[in-house]
Amino acid sequence: MKYLDEYRDGTIAKAFARQIERIVTRPWTLMEVCGGQTHAIVRFGIDELLPRQVSLVHGPGCPVCVTPVELIDEALALAARPDVILCSFGDMLRVPGSATDLFAVKAEGGDVRVLYSPTDALEVARAHPEKEVVFFAVGFETTAPTTAMAVRRARDEGVTNFSLLMAHVLVPPAMRAVLAAPGNTVQGFLAAGHVCTVMGYDEYVPLARQYRVPIVVTGFEPVDILQGVYMCVKQLEEGRAEVTNQYVRSVRRAGNAEAQRLMSEVFRVVPRRWRGLGEIAESGLGLAEGYASFDAERRFGLHAPATHETAGCRAGEVLTGRLRPAGCPSFGARCTPEHPLGAPMVSSEGACAAYYRYRRGAALQEV
Amino acid sequence: MATDVLTTACPVPIPQGDRVRLAHGGGGRASRDLVERIFAPAFANPCLEARHDGAVLSLPGHRVAITTDSYVVKPLFFPGGDIGSLAVNGTVNDLAMCGARPLALSAAFVLEEGFAMFDLERVAASMARAADAAGVAIVTGDTKVVEKGKGDGLYLNTSGIGVVEHARRIEPAAVRAGDRIVLSGDIGRHGIAILSARESLGFDTRLESDCAPLSGPVTALLESGVDVHCLRDLTRGGLGAALVEIAESARVRLELGELAIPVSEAVAGACEMLGLDPLYVANEGRFIAFVAAEDAERAAEILRRHPVSAEARVIGTVTGAGRGLVSMRTCLGASRVVDLPAGDLLPRIC
Repeated sequence: MKYLDEYRDGTIAKAFARQIERIVTRPWTLMEVCGGQTHAIVRFGIDELLPRQVSLVHGPGCPVCVTPVELIDEALALAARPDVILCSFGDMLRVPGSATDLFAVKAEGGDVRVLYSPTDALEVARAHPEKEVVFFAVGFETTAPTTAMAVRRARDEGVTNFSLLMAHVLVPPAMRAVLAAPGNTVQGFLAAGHVCTVMGYDEYVPLARQYRVPIVVTGFEPVDILQGVYMCVKQLEEGRAEVTNQYVRSVRRAGNAEAQRLMSEVFRVVPRRWRGLGEIAESGLGLAEGYASFDAERRFGLHAPATHETAGCRAGEVLTGRLRPAGCPSFGARCTPEHPLGAPMVSSEGACAAYYRYRRGAALQEV
Repeated sequence: MATDVLTTACPVPIPQGDRVRLAHGGGGRASRDLVERIFAPAFANPCLEARHDGAVLSLPGHRVAITTDSYVVKPLFFPGGDIGSLAVNGTVNDLAMCGARPLALSAAFVLEEGFAMFDLERVAASMARAADAAGVAIVTGDTKVVEKGKGDGLYLNTSGIGVVEHARRIEPAAVRAGDRIVLSGDIGRHGIAILSARESLGFDTRLESDCAPLSGPVTALLESGVDVHCLRDLTRGGLGAALVEIAESARVRLELGELAIPVSEAVAGACEMLGLDPLYVANEGRFIAFVAAEDAERAAEILRRHPVSAEARVIGTVTGAGRGLVSMRTCLGASRVVDLPAGDLLPRIC
């Protein structure tokens, strides 16, 4: 794939790194919002190319990681019912709830299926009219339009044995929560390129103004990320706090209008608890009134049971950039991908999993 | 006709037709019919002609390698192969990795009631072709039929034996500091071909599995006198898992160059879309060879003369003794760890 080679070219990447070095005069802390960016940084060693003064901290952009324990417990309870087929994305299956995980429920006979798209869950519902098919809908604005599409199709086609356990979350409120947290150190953001492909980037302007932080919409390849860092550091050095776009090959200012229309028809904005971060106002998506009958919580009369986080998991600090994964005492010892204490060690987007997978040797030598 | 009443034949008719039935696994006439109709013609050889419980082979006076593997792939037919070619090549390759010349295979079929005869014939024909290409004979076998709903159409087990015609020890313990790692070709084709055939992933790919016998290039390598220390075919866990396993059992450290590892555009693109790392995607026709440093370039050149290993390259070095750490110099010149994947590969979601 030609575009990949181009955006992974070591020479171009190093040229950006040198430019950053040339303009930087003092220490800056930037946060990359998306877990996909975190993985690219750790996998390719992008941070090793940066000058000492620039440090990257990892953001909350891992939808599996921030899904609250009570929603996972609801999914576990549904999956254990003999009349239910529970569908979700693969990453979700290994995340520990308060007592077990979906893989364990599956092994005990629960019908749990890994899918690539919510519309596949609709297919499962059509194929099994005798069962209730529940899709555990997890993700940011990137995947929300396909969830909305599945619900609307279910309504249009009169599929009544299909419902959603809604765990969709929104990125800008989480960025606001990071900035508003006491002791915040983040001075600039690399915003999540894929999210902005759907939503555009106008909604970041109030954040940039209020907190005086530059926000650069950034892609996921090494050259993208280094260019994003350069654009962000340049603004910081010049005392500017604007919203700019590095990921021009994919993102327009207004985003994808059709996807946004679909989302506003099917969803409404609700408060949501984030795992490790607590409740954030207007940070989740629930089903709009006209689609409320597809809400699994309502259909099955679920109400969040009391939950507890695993002792020793400091996911909240990791997800807000206050703790590096390798700095957690449980990292690599009590907490591994095979026996995770928290979601960031599980998900392919999780910061702890990224450090474990790509840096374990170095991290363990440091300790 | 009156004479019919007097025959001693089983009153249950021999199942003819286009579907596997439970009777085909019952050990009676139907079972024999299945063997005579499908397997014996496909795998014809003197050992099978004996129609005995097992095969008696004459082995030259050498060390003998033996291996076995079961195949439960879904779908049974995929771009570039099927469960039959996979089962023959997989076992042939395991023998080759022991430095052995594959001689003979057994094949055990677990069939699901209702499985289409036509598909069974296709699988048998494909096994026969693969066995021919690898120069092995399928000399004995078994058939069982399970009730409908108790299997995925067809499970297949093959065992194989081969002779080791040299005195060298080819195993992880023989790996030494300074050895070079030669990879036989681009990685990830089998896993992506299967995924694209299995799931409605919405990407159009002409990608075919790399499923192929590796005994040819391995024999060439051994006969050339290249100082080979260890061989490993890349299967489920991909290149990454194979390297980590060898590094751990040999108690060494390895370093790879990311840019030296060939990945086709189609595999790179699909992996990017699915959030997979090609290092951990399955292969069925690739292997790595640990060879003495001074022989590395020659080894790659010998492999490149064979179509199944035409892209062979040196991809890394054994840097010293250790606890199995595999590191990789990334395309940016930074360093990362290559670890075992945890569980099955899962697609990413955003």
